[in-house]
Amino acid sequence: MKLLLQLFLAFFQIGLFSIGGGYAAMPFILQQAVQKYGWLTLDEYADLVTIAEITPGPIALNSASFVGMRTAGIWGMVIATLGNILPSVLIVLLLARLYEKYGQQQFMKSMLENMRPVVIACILSAGIGLLSIACGAVLTTVSLRTLFPVVIFLLAFILLDNKHLQVNPILLLCCGSVVGILYKLVF
Amino acid sequence: MDKPDKSLRFLGKLFWTTLSLSAFTFGGGFVIVSLMRKKMVEQYHWIDDEQMLDFVTIAQSCPGPIAVNGALIVGYHLAGFIGAMAALLGTILPPMIILSIVSLVYRMFQGNPWVAAAFYGMRPVVAAIVLQVVWSLLKPFVHDRKFIQILVCLGVFCLLFFLKINVVFIMLCSLVLSAAYALYQAREAKR
Repeated sequence: MKLLLQLFLAFFQIGLFSIGGGYAAMPFILQQAVQKYGWLTLDEYADLVTIAEITPGPIALNSASFVGMRTAGIWGMVIATLGNILPSVLIVLLLARLYEKYGQQQFMKSMLENMRPVVIACILSAGIGLLSIACGAVLTTVSLRTLFPVVIFLLAFILLDNKHLQVNPILLLCCGSVVGILYKLVF
Repeated sequence: MDKPDKSLRFLGKLFWTTLSLSAFTFGGGFVIVSLMRKKMVEQYHWIDDEQMLDFVTIAQSCPGPIAVNGALIVGYHLAGFIGAMAALLGTILPPMIILSIVSLVYRMFQGNPWVAAAFYGMRPVVAAIVLQVVWSLLKPFVHDRKFIQILVCLGVFCLLFFLKINVVFIMLCSLVLSAAYALYQAREAKR
């Protein structure tokens, strides 16, 4: 019961403060599920982000279901998901009412524009965290095994950043898994 | 064109539309919202393009998953509170079902060295995906030479990553400061 309450509160907070979609939720998931409650290890968190990315649906909901299911089964999953969406339900329905009445608000727009660099910084910090989990070993020892993920990262980044290629991220992840397995076969 | 109303038939259609969007769309909120536009604007003519754009702005600016926010606001617009609930249910059911299966499978395979090898190869790719998103968000600032925004972004990153300042605290501060500055901007614009 206490665990369910913690799950609900943790994902309520994650939902409440992640403005700007799934990636913005990641630093909060790291803080709540890994650092505060220890529901996941750092490696499991990295896997969770991978899993949320390769399964369909919103990333934050995928994460809520995954963490809830792992820590407290079906009920954990339901409670975590409900906690995650409750802030949306309250705030969006309120705004939807206002929108139907008054239309768009300039104040809201410029406020969000001001917040943008901070939101980007949150995602950046999550991204650097994931990078250090994937490739951080190279900072202590330089070997084939530690350089390998760095090469994959750079290749993936360059491919994704090329506008003309339109690389599908899911496909790229599949390639990554194949390369990982091949690496193990060879070395 | 199916006229939006509160009949069970219409609510069912709304539910199935958001369910299929959530179940078959990879890659998170922005992708789902653009597909939502394709279905609801181009195919069903439930709303027009301009409304959709407003809805996306609101969905993006509210806390929480963008796909959930988008479903809620479109559902509410089409059929009131009950419409919002139908669209919401359609959006949250697929992740719950799919991820509960995946988390069971993950537990079974967690120690398996081949699965570990696959994740070993995927982790750098995920990092690349996230950081490329960051780069594409930062690019317009670099392009327009908005150095203050870039400095704020890097400064906040240092606070978060090196000094381990609480994310919630940072968001609250930025919310208050952004609102204050927006008020100031509004007052300046009036002059």
